[in-house]
Formats: sequence, structure tokens, C-alpha cells
Amino acid sequence: MLNVIWFALWGLLWAVYFMLDGFDFGVGILHPFIAKDDLERRMVINTIGPVWDGNEVWLITAGGATFAAFPTTYAYMFSYLYTPLFFILASLILRGVSFEFRGKIESEGWKKFWDFIIFLFSLIPAILFGVAFGNIFEGLPFDANGYHGTLFTLLNPYGLLTGIFFLLLFLEHGALWLSFKASNSVAERAKSAAKKTWPILLIVAVLFLIYTKFATNLYNNYINYPMWFIVLLIAVISLLLMRVFMSSSFVKAFFSSCVLIVTVVFTGIIGLYPNLIPSSINPAYNLTIFNSSSSQYTLKVMLIVAIIFVPIVIAYQLWAHILFKKAIRKEDLEDKEVETY
Amino acid sequence: MDTVLLARWQFALTALFHFIFVPLTLGLSFLVAIMETAYVKTDNETYLRMTKFFGKLFLINFALGLVTGITLEFEFGMNWARYSKFVGDIFGSPLAIEATMAFFLESTFLGVWIFGWKKVSKKVHALSAWLVAFGTNISALWILVANAWMQHPVGYVIRNGRAEFVNFWAAVFQPYAILKFLHTIHAGYVVGSFFVMGISAYHLLKHQDVDLFKKAFKIGAYFGLYAAIAVFIIGDMHAAEVAKTQPTKLAAMESIWNTKKGAPMYLFLIPDEKHERNAVELFGIPKMLSILAYHNPNATVRGLKSFPKNDRPPVTITFISFRTMVALGTLFVLLTLYAFYLIKKDKLLDKRWFLKLMLYAIPLPYLACELGWIVAEVGRQPWIVYGLLRTSQATSTAVTSAQIIMTLVGFVFLYSILGFIDIYLLFKYARKVPEVATKEGGY
Repeated sequence: MLNVIWFALWGLLWAVYFMLDGFDFGVGILHPFIAKDDLERRMVINTIGPVWDGNEVWLITAGGATFAAFPTTYAYMFSYLYTPLFFILASLILRGVSFEFRGKIESEGWKKFWDFIIFLFSLIPAILFGVAFGNIFEGLPFDANGYHGTLFTLLNPYGLLTGIFFLLLFLEHGALWLSFKASNSVAERAKSAAKKTWPILLIVAVLFLIYTKFATNLYNNYINYPMWFIVLLIAVISLLLMRVFMSSSFVKAFFSSCVLIVTVVFTGIIGLYPNLIPSSINPAYNLTIFNSSSSQYTLKVMLIVAIIFVPIVIAYQLWAHILFKKAIRKEDLEDKEVETY
Repeated sequence: MDTVLLARWQFALTALFHFIFVPLTLGLSFLVAIMETAYVKTDNETYLRMTKFFGKLFLINFALGLVTGITLEFEFGMNWARYSKFVGDIFGSPLAIEATMAFFLESTFLGVWIFGWKKVSKKVHALSAWLVAFGTNISALWILVANAWMQHPVGYVIRNGRAEFVNFWAAVFQPYAILKFLHTIHAGYVVGSFFVMGISAYHLLKHQDVDLFKKAFKIGAYFGLYAAIAVFIIGDMHAAEVAKTQPTKLAAMESIWNTKKGAPMYLFLIPDEKHERNAVELFGIPKMLSILAYHNPNATVRGLKSFPKNDRPPVTITFISFRTMVALGTLFVLLTLYAFYLIKKDKLLDKRWFLKLMLYAIPLPYLACELGWIVAEVGRQPWIVYGLLRTSQATSTAVTSAQIIMTLVGFVFLYSILGFIDIYLLFKYARKVPEVATKEGGY
């Protein structure tokens, strides 16, 4: 039972991470295209300024929870996905410091350089997270003799498709975020980007669902327990509602996008159960929530910690989001008494 | 080259680089919170400008500390998969708790602190600064609980081919963990204090904003005096705990080869690892080592030769690092005492040589912190978990040396550039006169 709870929590941590840092990635990728001058670029960056750091902690927590609850999976996942993880890591490092460094020197070239860094190193992890998860859905080539893949086995068609799917999810998410967190012409451009991205997202989503049937075993759980189709159904509905809301309220469209990202992650997670990482060579070596977990004692201790602290975290993060809910205007950035990026 | 050595180099470099930024975060977060509280209490604008001035430096430093920390969490799985598998039941929980209890607090309220000047009341704003400080210090607690377990494993059994927890609290409250935590955070407070004093000294020497920097120097000196004394006393207790739990590390720290009852301490000593002896031993203080290690003049101190060769850590590097750290720790007590005295007598501005000295002393507490980690980690060798798992048995089997070389080169390249920029920016903003820094819009 504890193993199942931790599996659900593990999925939830990744889902929340993608829901939150997803718009940071989207904003980072979009900002050179959506903003036309330095002030507009600062506006875009400052929409995520107060929250990106807290969003990224969900990744650290997801990694930590993998380590604590499923240490064998943590050990294999991180050493098998060595190269993509290094690039994700380097990207997160560069993206993180670039917000801080960008405005610290008054020079056109300096700012342009960091703008490029923000763009590139939001793009790379957005794709690579998808590639990593696509490969986990498919299973990795490992058996009793260890791992038999390289970076290029990860870049298989299904992995790449999942990468593009994640990229589009985050792009759409970021565009929707900017459409009500930025103001004036920037918000207008974001709205139009959101509308233009949507049909592509729809097509890739459909391709992903079809290809998943052939590349993975994810649908088995759905066929055996059809009630889980409801999660997939919610994902589809929120994808459609997102477009409907774009003609009335972009805030609602953004929340649909949040639901979409969470349900997409859970669609994969439910399909994986009881595996964390299947072996593509022989199912006997699958890393499951039972054979790769911590002891019941540790799972219990960790669950108590999670029950106490996660609601507190959610409460103050929500408070912070509400505190900064107002759209960023150009006047805010010119106010000398207020700190901005 | 073999993967163990490469993985060790990578961990050493990424961890030591990370720890250039962490101690300042630990110390300066409290100092900035104190400055802001002074502003809230007195309503004196000087303290507000002081808060913003040092706050900006805090942020430049914080950014790199944060992002380089993620590397370490990933690295356990990437390079040390066999270690992660063996200790995951134990080691993973403090890391997960660290993120849940501390990182969220730290990062969320830092966001409020940076961007919330006009969005929350003065009191809530100052409270955010305190929450950031508590967050960073709580995070230190959990990561050091994890590290202390590697030094002195407790509360576990070996089951299913790995270490499993039977008593979580035993690991959290073991003296090794508590002492390590207190020693490390106070070392961070010393770094923060010397940083504030050194930069204040720079501006006092230039007669810029004298009122503000006199006040800042005073805050740094008082906090620093407390911290330097605390580090020293706790360090002594910590060394005694090491003597009890890690005899090989203690023997290497003191470079003692032969077991001795009432062991003396030599003020000057050169280890000769090859011949298992010390090449030079001068100025011995009788029984001093027994007193320091066991608080008993007649206690027996075990020498390195009483341990099998393959259980001994590298001696020279452990010994030199430990000695230098202790010497620096002593120097910090003397410097902060003198600073305290000068402030009490109101003679600080007359002693220009001392202000200059304090400016150039800024790097010293950093050095002491790095040396402390070298003692802790090199001194633990050849074990990754003391007495339980050897470092050579802990690496990832799926990872080739070519992969580690690639990431090692990547990290060295990336960190050198970022470290250079960060330090450049710290210099740039530390030199600015506060008024200018506050009025500047962009950051």
C-alpha cells in the first residue's frame, strides 16, 4: 500500500513540476520572439521572476523523492540517462543564473547574450524531459548485465516525438501564462502565439496517443481497468476547452493547460504501473514500485513528512502566486524603488 | 583513467565549487535579516539602504549556490549508482526532506523578498528575510544529517543487500550530525561576517557613506565574534567526536603514526607517508593531543600504523588541511575580538591598517570552509560510508570513463565561466556606493 501511495506521489511531484516549470520553459523559449525591445523582454522575464525558483524546487523534490522512496530506480534512472541529465542540469544552471546576471551589466551585447542563453537553455530541457519520459514509457534496454543503450538509443522516434510533445505543451503553457501576466502588445502577441500553437499541439497530441499504442505497453492498464480512461478523457477535454476559453478568458485557458499537463503526466504514470522503468529487453528486469523501493519504515517516515509539509508548501506557494498575480506593466519596471530583473 | 578516480574528482570539484557560495548564503541571510529588522525597528533609512546594498550581493551569490546544488543531487545517481542503491533507504530521506522543508521556504520567500518591496508590509518583508535565513539553515541541517551518516552510520541494519533504516531519529539526533551542523553553519556565519566587515572596511577606507558602513561593520563584528568563538568551541567538540567515531581520520588529521598514551601535539610537523613517520616534529606540547581529542591527558591516541594500510586515508592532505583550518579559526577569533575592542573604544576609523587587513581577510573564512570539507571527506577515505562501503565499490557500473570525462570537462568549463562572472559582479556591486545601487532600476 505504501509503495502505491509513493508511486502516486512520485507521479504527482513530476506532474506539478512540469505544470509549474513548464510555463517558465515556455516563457524562456518565447521571450526573444514575443518581446521587441529590452523593456518588453524584461517584462516577459519578470512575469516569472518571483516564482521560477520556487517552481524549480519541485524538480529537486521529485528527484529527492525518487531517491528516498525508490532508491534503486533513482540509481538506474540517473546513471542510464546520464548524458541527457547532464544537459538538463547544465541547462538549468545556465537558465537560472541568466535571470540574475542579465540585468547586472548595462550593455547591449551582454543582455543579448543572456537572452540567447535563456532561450536555448529553456528549449533544451523542455525537449529533453520529454525524450527522457518517452524513453521511460517505452522502457530502457537493461537486463542482469546492466544497461545496453547510448545517447542515440534514447533519440529514437518515439522518444523524439514525446520530446516535441512536451515542448509544445510547455510553449502553449508559457504563451497562455504571458497572455495575462504580461500587458499591452506583449500580451497580445502572446495570445496570438497561443492560438497559433494550439492546432500544432493538437496534431502532435493525437500522433503521440496513436504512436504510444505501438511503441509502449501503456494502454494495457487502461484495457484491464477501463475506469482509468477517465484521466485520458480529462486530458482530451482540457485540451479542447483550452481552445474554447481562448476566445473568452486566457486565465481559464491557462488553468486548462495546467490540468492538461498534469493529466498527460498521469496518463503515462497510470500506464506504467506497477513499473517505474520497464526493461525493453525482458520484463523480468522491470524496475517496479515493489522491487526498487525503500523499506516500509522509510516509506512511512517519508509519508508523514510529506503529509505535514507538502500542504504547508502548497499554501505559501499559492499565497506567493496570488501576491504576484497582477500583470507586469512597463511602469512597474521603471519604478526605481521596486526591484525587478 | 579509472571511473572511481574520475567520479571522485568530479564530486570534489563540484562540491567544493558549490561550497564557495553556500557559506555566504548561510551567514549573509541572517545578517541581511538583522539589518532589515533594524530598519523596521528604528525606521532609519540607513538600515534600509544597508539591507538593499548587502541584499543585492546576497542575491548575486545565492543564484550560483542554488543552481550548483542541483548538480550534487543528480550526481549521486549519475556517478554513484551503487552507493545510491546501497544507502538510498537512508540517504534519500534527508535529501527529500531538505527540499520539502527548506528549499521551498527559501526560494518562495526569496521571491517575495526580491519582488515584494511594495506588495507586502514592512514587517512581512522583514519576516520573508528571516524565513529565507531559516530555510537556508534548515537545508544545511538535513544535508549534514545525511553527510554525518556517511561519517558515522547509525540507526540502520544491513538487509536485502543494503543499509535500511530502523531508527530515523537516531541518525537525525546523533551527536555527530548535530555538531557537524552547528560547526558548519557557524563557519558560514563567520564567512558572512567577514564579508560584511571587509566590504564595509573598503568603503570606510574611501570615506564613502561612513555612517552606513560603520553601522554595518559593527553588525558584522558582533555577529562575527559570536560565530568565530562558537565555531572554535564546537570545532573542538566535533574533533573529539571524530576521535571517538573515526579513529583513522583523527590519526590522519594529526599525522600520528604510533599509538601513544598521553600523546603530545607538535606545533610544527611534516608527514612522511612513504616511510610511515613524520619527517620533522618540532615544538611538542606534552599530552596536548590526548587532551584535545579525548579531554583527558592520559588518554591513548591510536596511530595510523595500528590500522591496515588499505583502511588509512591520505595523510598529508588531511593533516595540512586540518592544521590550516584550525590556524585560520584561531585567527578569526583574534581578529573579531580586536574589531569588537576597536568598536567599543570608537577607534575603528583610526586604524586604517586594520581596515585594510579586514578587507584582504575576506577570502580567509572561505578557505577555512573548503579545508574543513577536505578534512571531512578526504579523511573519511577509503570509505564512502565509514566502515560500511568503500568508495571504490560505490560508482555507477553503467557509466564509462569517457562519459565522466565529458561531464567533468563540461562542469569545469561551465563553472569556471560562471564563477568568474559571479565574482566579477560581486566585486562590481560591492564597490558601488549604496545610494547609487538603490536607485538603479534594473537588476
